[in-house]
Amino acid sequence: MAGLKVRIGNLELKNPVMTASGTFGYGTEYTDFMDLGRLGGVFVKGTTLEPRQGNDYPRMAETPSGMLNSVGLQNKGVDYFVDHLYPQIKDYNTHMIVNVSGSTIEDYVACAEKLANLDKMPAIELNISCPNVKEGGMAFGTSCQSAAQVTREVRKAFPKTLIVKLSPNVTDITEIARAVEDEGADAVSLVNTFLGMALDIESRRPKLSTITGGLSGPCIKPIAVRMVWQVYHAVRIPIIGMGGICNWQDAIEFILAGSTAIQVGTCNFIDPATSVKIVEGIESYLNRHHIASVNELVGQIDYL
Amino acid sequence: MKVRDFAIRSNTRLNDRNHLLKVTPVDNEPLPEMYPGQFVQIRVDDSPHVFLRRPISINYVDLQQNEIWLLIQRVGEGTEKISDLSPGETMNLLFPLGNSFTIPAEKGNFLLIGGGVGTAPLLYLGKKMQEKGIEPDFLLGGRSEKDVLQRNDFELLGTVYCTTEDGSLGEKGFVTQHSILQKKKYDFIYTCGPKPMMVAVASYAQQNGISCEASLENLMACGFGACLCCIEKTIRGNVCACTEGPVFNIKELTWLD
Repeated sequence: MAGLKVRIGNLELKNPVMTASGTFGYGTEYTDFMDLGRLGGVFVKGTTLEPRQGNDYPRMAETPSGMLNSVGLQNKGVDYFVDHLYPQIKDYNTHMIVNVSGSTIEDYVACAEKLANLDKMPAIELNISCPNVKEGGMAFGTSCQSAAQVTREVRKAFPKTLIVKLSPNVTDITEIARAVEDEGADAVSLVNTFLGMALDIESRRPKLSTITGGLSGPCIKPIAVRMVWQVYHAVRIPIIGMGGICNWQDAIEFILAGSTAIQVGTCNFIDPATSVKIVEGIESYLNRHHIASVNELVGQIDYL
Repeated sequence: MKVRDFAIRSNTRLNDRNHLLKVTPVDNEPLPEMYPGQFVQIRVDDSPHVFLRRPISINYVDLQQNEIWLLIQRVGEGTEKISDLSPGETMNLLFPLGNSFTIPAEKGNFLLIGGGVGTAPLLYLGKKMQEKGIEPDFLLGGRSEKDVLQRNDFELLGTVYCTTEDGSLGEKGFVTQHSILQKKKYDFIYTCGPKPMMVAVASYAQQNGISCEASLENLMACGFGACLCCIEKTIRGNVCACTEGPVFNIKELTWLD
């Protein structure tokens, strides 16, 4: 039996397969389709200090091998999460991790402090890469200075595993990765969605109420793999790779490029059991190749 | 909710744009209980342009035959591919999804108003009403006679009134202009169809103090409340049309504000 355990900061995962924030609700939406306990972890919906209604309809446009969304971090706020959602999800037999977003550094810090108090919240993912909010979000993740600043302040407030989710909408993602590593991030997750746009040519209207939105799905996979590979060679902290992963072959590709763990995102919408199928697929791949531990594969590209 | 492969039992072309597919689970497992207004998400394979599943109303459930009926309108590449499936071929369904129309506990005058392919869920609603001893009226609208689908099936469940924009069937005009609305006092109206039609129906219902439920067709990705894309603005804020709908009482909606 191949070893599937991996480590992200202080967090030991039973396997490297997790689900991406914003595509998996609070996990409860998926319990008809799988046992969440088979996953390495679940990243729940982006959570902010105050409740948010999100953007107006329409918020979604299908694109070739992918989709654009502009949900805009609709959520009921961290207090509602702590009081009502956390009690429902804390006893799942996997790591339930909150994705934290905000408009100001103070918001991020206040949100992280509230989550740090929860016994069964071993980590947070700092979202400095949401392209769908007017203030904050991606603005923090597109300059080294602001990415470093928000990471530094949250690091002080959150003693457990701190993962920073990076935006691909930058000139050089390795600079941002280094900046957050220097400020004490335990891991980076990448990539969030790419800023995109689609038009209805008959009405000449944008397909999204916000005009632009975040592109996800298999169409972004090769760009995401490239960015994981670049960041792998730039930082020492572990990488959680994502971007269009739909099956175990995609997952192995991300691991070879340098990901210690992976997240399944948009494909959860099409096949809700994608993530558990990937766990099984990785295990049989390791067995077939006589690899004792998935950790032996990380970054192991054969360059000919 | 389940994900299962279904085999196509039959595919009947109803007009130039609409097909009726009768499908049954490949594993022959009995279908679960399903309610009128619920929908399925159909996966479309082998098309780079069709990434997401296609949400389709449950048109009818035939438990004896272990069949779901799905009314498909060809509107793009996804529905083209589904419409082209032949008997024996399979499709993957995620189902049943969403809430349902409220079936009245007491007898009264009920009107089911549908436009075009939006009449689909009203057939199963009419069937469920019939099982409760209720005989509803149906008011079906379309551009012309060929666009009013499944008239014979509706006639087995209640009285059918029609409007067409060209006057080729029933009264000429839109559903909200039909004379039955002047002649008969209804207690409850159920509607599904193009949004402008549903807004007109909701407006009529509100002005006349009639309870009304509408089934929405918002664009969606997942269909089970995870993606938050199909939201509808309600008096309670933005809610997912896929889980808190697709059926809403018009009092909850903000269409007429």
